[in-house]
Amino acid sequence: MKTKRSGNYTWRKIKSALASAIAFISAVLVIAPLGLVFFHLVVNGASSLNWDFFTKLPAPVGAVGGGMANAIVGSLELLALAGAIGIPIGVLGGVYLAEYGSARINSVLRFLADVLNGVPSITWGVVVYGMVVLRFKGFSTYAGGLALGLIMIPLILRTTEEVILLVPNGYREAALALGVSRWKTIVHIVMKTASKGIITGILLALARVGGETAPLLFTAFGNRFWNHSLSQPIAALPLQIFTYAISPYDDWHRQAWAGALVLVTGVFCVNILVRILTRGHTASVV
Amino acid sequence: MDHLVMETPERTVMERMEQGTAPPPEAETPAACTFEVKNLSIWYGEKRAIDNVTLGVASNAVTAIIGPSGCGKSTFLRALNRMHELTPRTRMEGTVLLNGDDLYSSTTDPAIVRRRVGMIFQKSNPFPTMTIGENVVIGLRLNGVRNQKFLNERLEKSLRMAALWDEVKDDLHKPGTSLSGGQQQRLCIARALAVEPEVILMDEPCSALDPIATAKIEELIHELKAKYTIVTVTHNMQQAGRISDYTAFMYLGRLIEFGPTTKIFTNPTEKQTEDYITGRFG
Amino acid sequence: MAVAASIAGEERSVQARMASPSRFGDKAFEWLTLAMALAVVVLIILIGWQLWIGSSVAIKKFGFHFLVTSTWDPVAEQFGALPFIYGTLVSSLIALLIAVPLGIATAAYLTELAPLWIRQPLTSLIEMLAAIPSVILGLWGIFVMIPWLRDYPFPWLKRLFGWTPFFSGPIYGPCMLAGGIIIAVMILPIITSVSREILRSVPDLQREAAYGLGATRWEATRIAVLSYAKKGLFGAVILGLGRALGETMAVTMVIGNTPQIAASLFKPGYTLASVLANEFTEATTDMYLQALFEIGLVLFGITILVNLLAQLLLRTIATTSATRAVQ
Repeated sequence: MKTKRSGNYTWRKIKSALASAIAFISAVLVIAPLGLVFFHLVVNGASSLNWDFFTKLPAPVGAVGGGMANAIVGSLELLALAGAIGIPIGVLGGVYLAEYGSARINSVLRFLADVLNGVPSITWGVVVYGMVVLRFKGFSTYAGGLALGLIMIPLILRTTEEVILLVPNGYREAALALGVSRWKTIVHIVMKTASKGIITGILLALARVGGETAPLLFTAFGNRFWNHSLSQPIAALPLQIFTYAISPYDDWHRQAWAGALVLVTGVFCVNILVRILTRGHTASVV
Repeated sequence: MDHLVMETPERTVMERMEQGTAPPPEAETPAACTFEVKNLSIWYGEKRAIDNVTLGVASNAVTAIIGPSGCGKSTFLRALNRMHELTPRTRMEGTVLLNGDDLYSSTTDPAIVRRRVGMIFQKSNPFPTMTIGENVVIGLRLNGVRNQKFLNERLEKSLRMAALWDEVKDDLHKPGTSLSGGQQQRLCIARALAVEPEVILMDEPCSALDPIATAKIEELIHELKAKYTIVTVTHNMQQAGRISDYTAFMYLGRLIEFGPTTKIFTNPTEKQTEDYITGRFG
Repeated sequence: MAVAASIAGEERSVQARMASPSRFGDKAFEWLTLAMALAVVVLIILIGWQLWIGSSVAIKKFGFHFLVTSTWDPVAEQFGALPFIYGTLVSSLIALLIAVPLGIATAAYLTELAPLWIRQPLTSLIEMLAAIPSVILGLWGIFVMIPWLRDYPFPWLKRLFGWTPFFSGPIYGPCMLAGGIIIAVMILPIITSVSREILRSVPDLQREAAYGLGATRWEATRIAVLSYAKKGLFGAVILGLGRALGETMAVTMVIGNTPQIAASLFKPGYTLASVLANEFTEATTDMYLQALFEIGLVLFGITILVNLLAQLLLRTIATTSATRAVQ
């Protein structure tokens, strides 16, 4: 670069173009699975999607047809339970980090939350199995919801903290200068201002655990029928997809594809919703 | 932020102060005082931001605090409603009396102090999630006032006092942030007035505004002093001259000179004041 | 004076209507949020403790042998986790070999080389890829990826490299290599997006200095950006490794689930996470369950160490976007 500048210049330009091309091909390879998976989901899943799929229970082995109504409802029930556990803990914990914690405490808590986010989701299944299933002698909706809820905590905690820190200090001061107490300032002014961001974090966490299978395998366990009690096993969409996918029956494979199409559509919808939300968010707050 | 940044002081001033040869400011304390500040010192950690300030703030008048960046004028203002306590590791000595009540007594809640002493900030900060109307009455609401009729009364009255009513009366449901910069600042004034404070503190309220909006705020300040005591910080000396009845000049955390604005601007006692007023430093 | 009195009267009426501030509310809220924030501490301890008590008998019985023996026989109650540890490490290594170059090249493309208009859509697509649930990728792996691998790339690899032990033997379909590939797909988004963040945090001064010396775009990227960000990129790779080690559903569906240690990547393998997914509900005896809990403990131990390392590496560089000003 220092000496033979002009002589090598053409070769260097070629090298640069080559590197750009390789990087471009890499990017294409990275997103190729997304396109391929979506393509195959639509091709293999759409044909099995019908009214029965959303309204009927799974057909008995050997019988054709049936649906995943119980699994769809089960997933929603599990998400509701998980949200009831994960949302308050995650949001309020995030508030503590952003509003109260000293720098030292915060760096420890943040660190632990990031480490928790890296814990394999199957580990949560094992832990909840030991905590709930063994103790109360049985798989249950509670156990499944708890496992998903615990996974949500560090996710929501970190996003809540981040968006609350983005709220300009001027709003806090304005409220405090009116003689409003600290906690009311935080709840009614700061959290309200950051609400879009907080909701975004919650939605992303729900979308994430909504697709989780591993923590449900031995907590919620799955159920071929409707669940009538939270202390009973319950079906979930990802569980049902897994069971069908590794089964030897073609009809179940078709059902698995259809279920996967529904699940991915749900997850993508949430992601797109979040994108729309955050667009307004960055305009108004930051 | 600015009070945390200490400028390199001029040597002569520094030396005189250290030697104690700078004469103590002879404040012509006004007759009726809203605030009586005695021997106020404030530290941020190890750093002394306010050094032994004694001052009386006249009732129903505008007192301006001037001085170069980092002189402690903002900190002083924030000490009058205990907002400086929001900064971690602050410590204070001395007393501040508001109409005879000790603001820093152990039984006084800072929230009560702040209800009695309103504050307007440099950057207008109407709450972005609220409408114009909600912004005005939010202080009352969050402080437990539920009576809707009373809130509506205060809403109109505060907006009228802030000279904003005629401009926004048909748009009360629009977001507070939809207003222009000057209107937003007047909305913030209305918001502060709604809780009926005794004093209004203003921290460079016009520094982010254009000249026309500034003129409106200045006019408003003039009207408000009939009913309120006003303390304002400004680095614009012309503005201090226009709007204030009393002026305090601060430098390096000390009160250098305090007196009627006319005297400070035409015939200052202290050399430093004169240097600053005439633009020779700062 | 009458005016002043009426003002004073009005003041009382407004201020008197407000509730007196309660210090209790402030304290209670602070303690409440603190308690919630401490959940992260409690959870870490809870995981470790639950896994430990769940496996204490097995730990006592098998001791260190659990980690270094390879017999996994629930009927005879002989449990050695070596094949699973081996499978986990090898599949993750394959995944890294694929995902690291692709991920970093893509990150460099996104921050340095790509035309501006393409950067945002591409980033969004990568985030969408991250959102695909593992089980769906596994489904696709079983029915689309494995048949294709078996028909095209695997025979080709065998022709070229069949003379090495890694690509010898019969081609089944589900195998260690397929597991590694599916894990690579799973960790590509995180490696790419973390690397992208790292590269974005490289100061522009670095690039300008390189361009100022007459560097081409690639030279500036290589000299000024990539080498500057080396440590951060390493952190991104380690973070990806942490995810790879714990990846469960997709890999369980394509790796073949056979506890063996074989040189050939065409042979089926098994990972720690997969054995938990497959056998946990079948554990009929106490000792079997104990052994599985111990597998969970080993997995947790490995991932927590890797994640600690990743966080430490990233921490030193990570620019906290929102360090709040003191005032």
